[in-house]
Amino acid sequence: MARSDKVQIENPDWCKKCGICVSVCPTDALKLGDKGIEIYNLDSCISCEQCSLICPDFVLKVVVNYD
Amino acid sequence: MDIYKYLRKEKLPHIWCPGCGHGTILNSFVRAFDKSGLNQDKTVVISGIGCSGRATGYLNFDSLHTTHGRAIAFATGVKMANPELNVIVMTGDGDGAAIGGNHLIHAARRNIDLTVILFNNQIYGMTGGQFSPMTPEGANATTAPYGNIDRNFDLCQLTKAAGATFTARGATFNPRQLTNIIKKALLHKGFSFVESFTQCPVRYGKLNQTADPVDMLKLQKQKTADIKKWLQFSDEEKEIIYPLGVLNEEINPENEYTFRYQKIIEKTLEKGVL
Amino acid sequence: MTKTKVYKPQKRGILVQGDQAVVEGALAAGVEFFAGYPITPASEIAEGFARELPKVGGKFLQMEDEIAGMAAIVGASLAGKKAITATSGPGFSLKQENLGFAIMIEAPLVVVNVQRVGPSTGLPTSPSQGDVMQSRWGRNGDQPIIVLAPASVQECFDLSITAVNFSEKYRQPVILLLDEVIGHLREKIIIKKAEELDIWERKRPALNERRNNFNPYQETDDLIPPMPDYGSGFRYHASGLFHDQTGFPSGKNKTAKNLMDRLTKKITANLSEILLYEKDVRKEDQAAVLSFGSAVRTAISAVHTARKAGLKVGYFKLKTIWPFPEEEVAKLAEEVDTIIVPELNQGQLIGEVKKAAGCKADVIGINDYSGLLLKPEEIRSVLEEVL
Repeated sequence: MARSDKVQIENPDWCKKCGICVSVCPTDALKLGDKGIEIYNLDSCISCEQCSLICPDFVLKVVVNYD
Repeated sequence: MDIYKYLRKEKLPHIWCPGCGHGTILNSFVRAFDKSGLNQDKTVVISGIGCSGRATGYLNFDSLHTTHGRAIAFATGVKMANPELNVIVMTGDGDGAAIGGNHLIHAARRNIDLTVILFNNQIYGMTGGQFSPMTPEGANATTAPYGNIDRNFDLCQLTKAAGATFTARGATFNPRQLTNIIKKALLHKGFSFVESFTQCPVRYGKLNQTADPVDMLKLQKQKTADIKKWLQFSDEEKEIIYPLGVLNEEINPENEYTFRYQKIIEKTLEKGVL
Repeated sequence: MTKTKVYKPQKRGILVQGDQAVVEGALAAGVEFFAGYPITPASEIAEGFARELPKVGGKFLQMEDEIAGMAAIVGASLAGKKAITATSGPGFSLKQENLGFAIMIEAPLVVVNVQRVGPSTGLPTSPSQGDVMQSRWGRNGDQPIIVLAPASVQECFDLSITAVNFSEKYRQPVILLLDEVIGHLREKIIIKKAEELDIWERKRPALNERRNNFNPYQETDDLIPPMPDYGSGFRYHASGLFHDQTGFPSGKNKTAKNLMDRLTKKITANLSEILLYEKDVRKEDQAAVLSFGSAVRTAISAVHTARKAGLKVGYFKLKTIWPFPEEEVAKLAEEVDTIIVPELNQGQLIGEVKKAAGCKADVIGINDYSGLLLKPEEIRSVLEEVL
């Protein structure tokens, strides 16, 4: 089983507020704030990586350890 | 996985527009590179002109930002001069399929060991939205104000017919698949071609009533299907839906161009004549 | 990996065409890479490299077009190889954009242009000196360039080596400008022994500079930044956009001007080494014939017979035509009353001669642009008119 950390906002300054990550998140963990992406509900994050894989701006990070 | 070691962090954020898919392709590329196990110091990334041309500046490798359409020709020189290097070309649909189309088919014909990733946003973005050879028929562009009448290439079929031994298509709505495709392309010995659909909300979208990147990704998904599924489609469906995945792969490293030239060198050296 | 055999020329006399002498010279200079496209009257150069390069572990590429040939040698140069291409007028036109790119990123390489009569397809098998100005200004923008013009087959060999040497030392594309007659002429030449040759290599940075914020376009005292080979761990960026010391694009006007100034100065600061010419002007001479390339042969022949007839005339032969030797020609204008400039064009280099001479000497052109060589008698009759 993969053991993962939940989503982190690694580079908030690089966010261009396109909203793609919000649209692909299956559990509504993210929301778009005035200044960029924000964590809306970290507990709901299932570490699926959808957001960090598709983010065009390298803003989001999900650390996955494949044991 | 530390993807940031493959990026020149000090050059980010990049110049691409909000919602542009080019960053997603770059994101998939660095992950694919990490998974490939290739040596970062023995890798050169080469691009031409246009939005895709800027990709190499953000990548922490030896990198070359060349002239419009010619990246593959520069790359051929690098690879031939030092076949130990992994040489990767990043190009666009204008750069690679229009002005650089001749280099694309001839590099495929030689089957030289390059990996070409073509960022297909179906428009000339950098110059403001003129139609490219990949702009869909009927779509609007600043130089096709009454709808585009130019027909498109099927770039994967084109390069395959020209001799490419690896062709694949991905799309930014599915970065997991795109990453896998690029990884396979990087490890393939021979000419490998990856076309990736990428959304251009600002230049293409605004002219075609799809300015929201999320909507554009949904549209991408509707117009594509995984190759396994696609093969089951009717002929009519195949006409309008693009297959995604690895479409063609021939494994024969001895057919690769630099390998074959090395054989000529060995032959002349055996003769020992100067 | 196969062991690379280093080409070590042995002293020998051979009867060859100018085109083949270019190949011999380039190999002696350490060229390991050719990419190009067939074109009359330069195809023999491609054929020579196709035959000879694999024997020394080098690489030959016949590309899909002239543009790709130019691009491929830039790539090979960045990968650390001495690289060359060869073409003629129409192909030279196609190469200009990527030649400009090579000048901008400072890639050492040599472009051979065996001139034929233009414009357009023109007269493919006839000699011309019509690309004097295209060599200098064929690309967009200001830029430095070095252009060497051999007048004999031996000079094709010698200047081929010099062209490679200059390109390596100055990180500067060099054009070797032949014409159809020099390219196809057969003469006996002496190949020098390896130990008689002075072969130069580009300056490379020390490997320990790799992770030390290495600047690929750093300002050095000699104005020529050391150049790492791709794949040696420097991970550097090169771009045709104006760039600062880091190699990355910069839209700052000051950065653009700084780079232009350095590119220009790295050549103008070394004119004493780059300007190659031969001068035979006696104190009593009242006229001089100034020429380059195949016109030199006509000029020197005319000067010798004129001198036998008692005419007071000397000659000035340019091997380096760009940068143009302004000071040397200005000096010549003080020494003689008339400078005669025979050219196989409608008068291209003569403009530079007039600029340099000012009002100190009369400058008279003799021009043939029909595809024929000039005859010594044509120069002689002008000499008799002015002397």
